[in-house]
Amino acid sequence: MMALAVDVSRFEGVPMAPPDPILGVSEAFKADKNDLKLNLGVGAYRTEELQPYVLNVVKKAETLMLEKGENKEYLPIEGLAAFNKATAELLFGADNPVLKQGRVATLQSLSGTGSLRLAAAFIQRYFPEAKVLISSPTWGNHKNIFNDARVPWSEYRYYDPKTVGLDFEGMIADIQAAPDGSFVLLHGCAHNPTGIDPTPEQWEKIADVIQEKKHMPFFDVAYQGFASGSLDEDASSVRLFVERGLEVFVAQSYSKNLGLYAERIGAINVVCSTPEVANRVKSQLKRLARPMYSNPPIHGARIVANVVGDPTMFGEWKQEMEEMAGRIKNVRQKLYDSLSAKDKSGKDWSFILRQIGMFSYTGLNKTQSDNMTDKWHIYMTKDGRISLAGLSLAKCEYLADAIIDSFHNGLGTAK
Amino acid sequence: MAMSRAAAATGAVTRRRLGATAARSMASWFGHVEPAAKDPILGVTEAFLADPSPDKVNVGVGAYRDDNGKPVVLDCVREAERRITGNMNMEYLPMGGSIKMIEESLKLAYGEDSQFIKDKRIAAVQALSGTGACRLFADFQKRFLPDSHIYIPTPTWANHHNIWRDAQVPQRTFTYYHPESRGLDFSGLMDDIKNAPDGSFFLLHACAHNPTGVDPSEEQWREISHQFKVKNHFPFFDMAYQGFASGDPERDAKAIRIFLEDGHQIGCAQSYAKNMGLYGQRAGCLSILCDDEMQAVAVKSQLQQIARPMYSNPPVHGALIVSTILGDPELKTLWLKEVKGMADRIIGMRKALKQNLEKLGSPMSWEHITNQIGMFCYSGMTPEQVDRLTNEFHIYMTRNGRISMAGVTTGNVAYLANAIHECHAVII
Repeated sequence: MMALAVDVSRFEGVPMAPPDPILGVSEAFKADKNDLKLNLGVGAYRTEELQPYVLNVVKKAETLMLEKGENKEYLPIEGLAAFNKATAELLFGADNPVLKQGRVATLQSLSGTGSLRLAAAFIQRYFPEAKVLISSPTWGNHKNIFNDARVPWSEYRYYDPKTVGLDFEGMIADIQAAPDGSFVLLHGCAHNPTGIDPTPEQWEKIADVIQEKKHMPFFDVAYQGFASGSLDEDASSVRLFVERGLEVFVAQSYSKNLGLYAERIGAINVVCSTPEVANRVKSQLKRLARPMYSNPPIHGARIVANVVGDPTMFGEWKQEMEEMAGRIKNVRQKLYDSLSAKDKSGKDWSFILRQIGMFSYTGLNKTQSDNMTDKWHIYMTKDGRISLAGLSLAKCEYLADAIIDSFHNGLGTAK
Repeated sequence: MAMSRAAAATGAVTRRRLGATAARSMASWFGHVEPAAKDPILGVTEAFLADPSPDKVNVGVGAYRDDNGKPVVLDCVREAERRITGNMNMEYLPMGGSIKMIEESLKLAYGEDSQFIKDKRIAAVQALSGTGACRLFADFQKRFLPDSHIYIPTPTWANHHNIWRDAQVPQRTFTYYHPESRGLDFSGLMDDIKNAPDGSFFLLHACAHNPTGVDPSEEQWREISHQFKVKNHFPFFDMAYQGFASGDPERDAKAIRIFLEDGHQIGCAQSYAKNMGLYGQRAGCLSILCDDEMQAVAVKSQLQQIARPMYSNPPVHGALIVSTILGDPELKTLWLKEVKGMADRIIGMRKALKQNLEKLGSPMSWEHITNQIGMFCYSGMTPEQVDRLTNEFHIYMTRNGRISMAGVTTGNVAYLANAIHECHAVII
């Protein structure tokens, strides 16, 4: 028996962390033995058969990479050059003047989270007085990221529970009221968790107030191509701001649109006023990345670079993305149809059709969401968010029954 | 507020025209952002790549090269990749990473039959190679032991300082390298251990110290461990070269095993960058030995909590390669053979470099080249001598005189020896 060198562990006082509200849902789902169970928790795309989906272009790219037999040397801190070029072109458009002028600092980073974290660390270091404005609600991890990076944040109104739509006037008012020079975190498309996006006209107005207040727009683009099915259309909000000559932060992720979740591939882009500024900003972002992970993982970057770099594969990707987005749209429609047909209360469920992307904010509150899980074995997050990516046409009627029951009765079965 | 389409369109056009001029006349937000200095290690390779000289030699960055100076992908890795391509979906790993990869990593570090593994006392998560493992630990230290410092050896891998600094854990140094002998300053080291406040946190290189290549002997490790017990210090091991140092992973983990036998509860960062050649895959593991299973679960949950706002969950590809190799007896045997091959080549190059220098009639002692172990050799050269090596001989290395032996080949060892000899001859 080995003698302990310490009397009391140094980690005696370390408490158990609470389960992650999003990733914890999948874990609870796995533990459920009921046949009817449905996982509408984490935003990972599923086929109609509710199976995970590896895009065909990704399989092709990987096979190609295996054949090429490239080495696994360290990438530079900023990541794979071919990837960085491809990702910036996808986002801004290959012909965008900002790219031709060399005004964009792009670093490959660890998917959306990693990109946001690098930007947050940069904000903390160079804009220590500034605040980030985030939508109410927003993706749960946004708050964790800014908290851990020690960047203060406050919320702007976004979701209107009365309309299950956008509280546009509240949003504008809150952005207006914030101190000049705040960072405004915007979802480029397919807002998470609500699925509610501003219209093009509303985007113009948002840009107006941001410009007037000399705020910095900070986009989180996790669903480019996945929302409408079109890469260009889904980037239009970002491009609108860039066109106005503003400096902009944009975080990108390929988790959903290329199904590369576990490869952790994304990028942080900073549009700067001159190429010289972009170089300086890039150098400092690198300085933040080095003590976090030294250099980013190569595999996902190569996949993206191969897919985007080959016209045939790029075309196939666009098609697969349209199919994924199309499946989601169909499921939305079926869910709406089922709800309208089954709900005799006259409640207007059309907000579901106005929302876009992987998620839908059902308008269910925590108690009602609990009922979904406890009584119907439907797993979702407590804010009433369901992931349509985890829904099949076959399950729409069951889901509609559950939502109607939870909404109107809202009482969970006692455990 | 409603806006007519026409008004919106006109407004949009006006704004677009303004946009083009706005960019040129606008003051950037980033006026106060200075250009960062080049990374001292990675900057060397950049300079090497830019050099057109046919004689150029890169003994800068610590990435293994074969005898032709080419990067190597191990056969076991290629085979593992063949097996995993197209077979696995890319769903998010659990927050703490690949369970299988963690299991195998713990066996490597703590021993196949470790009682700690059986008792589930080790909190462990997959991490972004060695850097990521150290950073997770540093952040954990900051969060749960906010009054603690970290003692870092002099010298150490440059990025260690960056990691604990960005994690906001105050640093102190402890004596390690003895320039005169190009070996270990053991008495200095022991003094610093004794003089540090009880319960201090120490960063130790488990084997193949970077950048010096100077490791304590087994006896010296035992004394260090004993003194740590007396002082109740916390040992955090950075093990980036297991298997790569001596060629035998068990032997390279000896320091860790000594500490475990002595009852220390350690922390350990592991990397597969060098020993499996998975550099760009960022595959590693952070482990912390706890009192019991319950505490291990709590600590692991907190490590995940730190990782979530940094990158959510770790990349799968490298982890799959590691677990495929280590989980298959044949592939594991192949890996052991290949890692020994890499280590043997390095050991061979050390002998060759020393012999060449001695043949040139150098009056200095070059014993340290073969006394030191692992990828790096601390040559004892000054920054000025290094600059001369680079400018006159197109030999690239870091200015602290560190030579990456992995960059030495039978083809360039004589040239390298000659250049070093020339640079030393002037001083004498």
